[in-house]
Amino acid sequence: MPYPANFRFTPEHEWVAVDGTQAKVGITDYAQKQLGDIVFVELPAVGAELVAGQAFGTVESVKAVSEIFAPVSGTVSAINSALVQSPELLNSDPHGAAWMVEVKVAGKANDKLMDAAAYEKFVAEEEASH
Amino acid sequence: MSDATISMSGSHPAPAPARRTALNAIHRQLGGKMVAFGGWDMPVEYSGITAEHRAVRERAGLFDVSHMGEISVRGPEALDLVQHVTSNDASKLSFDQAQYSGLMTAQGTFVDDLLVHKFTDDHYWLVVNAANCEKDFNYICQQNHFDAEVVNTSDGYSQLAIQGPAAIKVLQPLTSVALAPIKYYWFTTGKVLGVECIIARTGYTGEDGFELYFDPEHSEKVWNGLMEAGAGVGMLPCGLGARNTLRMEAGMALYGHEIDDATTPLEAGLGWITKLAKPDFLGKTAIAAQAASGLQRKLVGFEMIEPGIGRDGYPLLRAGKPVGQVTSGGPAPALNKNIGMAYVPMGMSAPGEEFDIQIRNRTARAKLIPLPFYKRAK
Repeated sequence: MPYPANFRFTPEHEWVAVDGTQAKVGITDYAQKQLGDIVFVELPAVGAELVAGQAFGTVESVKAVSEIFAPVSGTVSAINSALVQSPELLNSDPHGAAWMVEVKVAGKANDKLMDAAAYEKFVAEEEASH
Repeated sequence: MSDATISMSGSHPAPAPARRTALNAIHRQLGGKMVAFGGWDMPVEYSGITAEHRAVRERAGLFDVSHMGEISVRGPEALDLVQHVTSNDASKLSFDQAQYSGLMTAQGTFVDDLLVHKFTDDHYWLVVNAANCEKDFNYICQQNHFDAEVVNTSDGYSQLAIQGPAAIKVLQPLTSVALAPIKYYWFTTGKVLGVECIIARTGYTGEDGFELYFDPEHSEKVWNGLMEAGAGVGMLPCGLGARNTLRMEAGMALYGHEIDDATTPLEAGLGWITKLAKPDFLGKTAIAAQAASGLQRKLVGFEMIEPGIGRDGYPLLRAGKPVGQVTSGGPAPALNKNIGMAYVPMGMSAPGEEFDIQIRNRTARAKLIPLPFYKRAK
């Protein structure tokens, strides 16, 4: 699955798509493959404050619980309730229908974010180390 | 993303380098996701735990469980040694019959759980958990005050489990041994794909199926032959992830979770493998005393009735206070709900009792339901 050119990525395998002051956040295809079948998603409430680099939600696969870290700081303006109903969307469409939260961005974005080319290289290195 | 807890059951920090079964390269070729388990490098899943789990419930699945340990006990007093260290009554076994049992401490707790196979009056063969094999072997040797020889034969065997309602259909064309007459928990020996095997009608999934033990040298031949034969029924290669969800649905104990050296068989609902009428076995006095004085706690099954997954180690709360702990918990792929097992005080152990399970910084409600969660139609 290609990594969209307009996304930026964290080393912890979250993505963020910024559009003006709004940003959508999710986890990457590589992340969902590592997790396996996803069965439960816990998201913050609308209005919650996200701090870049801090955990804001959890994703549970059959065998593991993983925390999800915010790629940007800001206020949650929407959550994907369809994803809460159907967590398996994270396996089938991680970069699209399985977006997790929408954030009104405050302050500067995390400067450790990678573009798609850099993230692909990063993932290839992770895979080689396994 | 970061793993907050990995609840892959039975995982132990693997002392590097992890041991590999004879099928390691095949697991990697098949895209198996490899993890450290009990000191071994094992596939946790191939196509996905849910798909693999359903394949076993509906059709068939093939597991490499060659990490399991095998210990032989031979000699004129082989039975006396087996009887001394295990809780079940091995004197009741016929030739070619197996039984589930407990390897017990003098305190009546578990060193391990195991399968005892009887070949002849002076030859018993024990199948034990991979992570416990060395410990078990040393323990049995220590307790061997009998005219019996104990040998760790683990390196001499690969073990494959073919499980599911279609397992017999897949396996039968590959052997001249008539499989249908082999009853559940009986075994025989014979050739499968030309390879001499112990063929046991046993398993750890709650389904019908067979476990094959044979010389590791033939591992790829047997694996590939079974995979080819299973393609027609939609058999899938299955990893330890599905093995865990299947045994959990079937309400079967896993060492280090439901049972360990701090739990007794009575607490774990394993009174049926604890034969207090036997003249002697390690832990009998302690277990008999517990039977007489009554249990303080008991293993129960629960289902989540609010969104959330009560996982291994999570506390069960009553009025905000911890009263018990989850031993194994997670989604039940064939039942479409989140289930688990837990120890709770006797007075709160009846089906229908409700608890809050502490899930990180929140709680979710769970209700006790009878074990096992899943029972196959006979």
